[in-house]
Amino acid sequence: MPTGRDTKVVTLRFGNEEARTLAGYEKTGGYQTLRKALAMRPEDITAEVKASNLRGRGGAGFATGVKWGFVPAGSPKVHLVCNADESEPGTCKDRELMYWDPHLLIEGMAISAHALRAQHNFIYIRGEMMREYVVLQKAVDDAYARGYLGKNVLGTGVQIELTVHRGAGAYICGEETALLNSLEGLRGQPRLKPPFPAVKGLFGNPTIVNNVETLMNVPAIIDKGGKWFNDLGMGRSGGTRIVCVSGHVTKPGVFELPIGITFNELINEVCGGVWKGRKVKAVIPGGVSMPPLDPDELDVPIEFDALQTDERIKPVQFLPGKQFDLGGGKPLRTMAGSGGVVVMDDQTDIPKALWRILKFFAHESCGQCTPCREGTGWMEKVSRRIADGNGKPGDLELLGTIAHGIAGNSICALGDAAAWPAMGFLTKYWADFEAKIRRAA
Amino acid sequence: MSLEFSADAQKKISALCERYQVSGSKKPVVLAALHLAQKEFGYLSDDALRLVARTLDLPYAHVFGVATFYTMFRREPGGVTTVRMCTNISCMLRGGYDVLDAFEKKLGIAKGMSNKQFTLVEEECIAACANAPCAVVGTKYYLDITVDQVANIVDELSREPHPESEVV
Repeated sequence: MPTGRDTKVVTLRFGNEEARTLAGYEKTGGYQTLRKALAMRPEDITAEVKASNLRGRGGAGFATGVKWGFVPAGSPKVHLVCNADESEPGTCKDRELMYWDPHLLIEGMAISAHALRAQHNFIYIRGEMMREYVVLQKAVDDAYARGYLGKNVLGTGVQIELTVHRGAGAYICGEETALLNSLEGLRGQPRLKPPFPAVKGLFGNPTIVNNVETLMNVPAIIDKGGKWFNDLGMGRSGGTRIVCVSGHVTKPGVFELPIGITFNELINEVCGGVWKGRKVKAVIPGGVSMPPLDPDELDVPIEFDALQTDERIKPVQFLPGKQFDLGGGKPLRTMAGSGGVVVMDDQTDIPKALWRILKFFAHESCGQCTPCREGTGWMEKVSRRIADGNGKPGDLELLGTIAHGIAGNSICALGDAAAWPAMGFLTKYWADFEAKIRRAA
Repeated sequence: MSLEFSADAQKKISALCERYQVSGSKKPVVLAALHLAQKEFGYLSDDALRLVARTLDLPYAHVFGVATFYTMFRREPGGVTTVRMCTNISCMLRGGYDVLDAFEKKLGIAKGMSNKQFTLVEEECIAACANAPCAVVGTKYYLDITVDQVANIVDELSREPHPESEVV
């Protein structure tokens, strides 16, 4: 059973100015778990994380402990890289987490690095996050000075180095292999997989890339046990979940909540309902890459598996009556993604909203794969003319066909991330688009 | 004209090269070196790129490729303070485009353009969506911005500039 709404794992110190400093963090029990972890065998830490059912909070929801287990045994050089390149529109949690609790991230990284026997580790932080870069760099310097990082951590002989690496503006660097290329000093273009980073990543060495929120959950798991963490969640998803709510609600915000909460509960009970007394029209469940939910689909829990499989969520079509195939006949419903929930009220201009999302992807495509580079640009143009009231008959079919041509045909998931919302909005709001085109004719 | 890094920047670059020795090359320092070059010279001219290439023993073409991939690097002079105003979905839903228009009017420049004091950028999400519409200016955030607040924000930033290079 999911925990109650007051249980906090990663936002415990939000609003506590003192705890942002090293001394304040120590006063609240900070770095005690690192001491405990250093006395543990690395494989026992990984086993605990596996038992916790912690799943990646960056978007894909992959089981963290399982990912760690992919590092080949006996690898001489391993790296842990924290993905702090948060830039999925609608998502605003990692920025807050790093600002309010930088030492929890460092402690989580140190424990995880010990589990992975990783000596040279990095936080890749988004270039535009200048305030958070300053906060993190100071926290890392302080942690080094107190012996929580360095060649001989707390006198145990374990080496854990941590370097904060600033990006310079590129959404694609949130994709883990693009991030690694960027860290290596290249253009941030994704790599073909396999090999996966856990086998061949940074500088050619096995590398684990984890999201900020994911790593910040690790100290609590080691402190209180994997079972405790697993029991907070539901199904195969342990712990709590941060959801970022933006758009047309009375009280937007960043909330740490039980994983089983539904969208209707989130909007009405946590966020004070849709603003101005209006009704909901569409909800993006986890960052703009994810197909939207319509008002009939909001009783589904915000949980990784439920959002992919719950039959109350209509399968995405690329054209009316033609279901999109994720592979092997599997339908695409939606996904929990990055936790960015965007609420749109019943007066929202849906074609304009889709155009703005597609404009983003056209801007951020790295240019490496033709279907994504050309396709995102075409989708932006077609959706723009529909939004501007200049749509032509056949434009919706054109848009759906382009999206279908991009999906699954690029090296990384950015192509899918652009195609999925296009197909998703068309599936659920075809009539809105048609009406706008009819008015244009 | 051949440019040189200041002693301070050279020291920072040497320290970083040492830090990244694990990689076996100086390449991972290129983003940091470009940030430093932009801080010292205001923008990344061809000469600045040549300097970074020379400093890190990298081909000019590589440095050029990297510098032109990332949106925070500029190849032309810009204003002291960069205003990054978001108009992405969460900001758009709460009036982000109206705020961007207000910035354009008050600053007297179109988005993407600069005057001596300011550069105005239409940003693709700054990860502060729960406080939309929002803008980031160096280490400072402006949250829940209304059109009426824009004039005051610009006046404040005129008195107290917040260059992005502060953090480099």
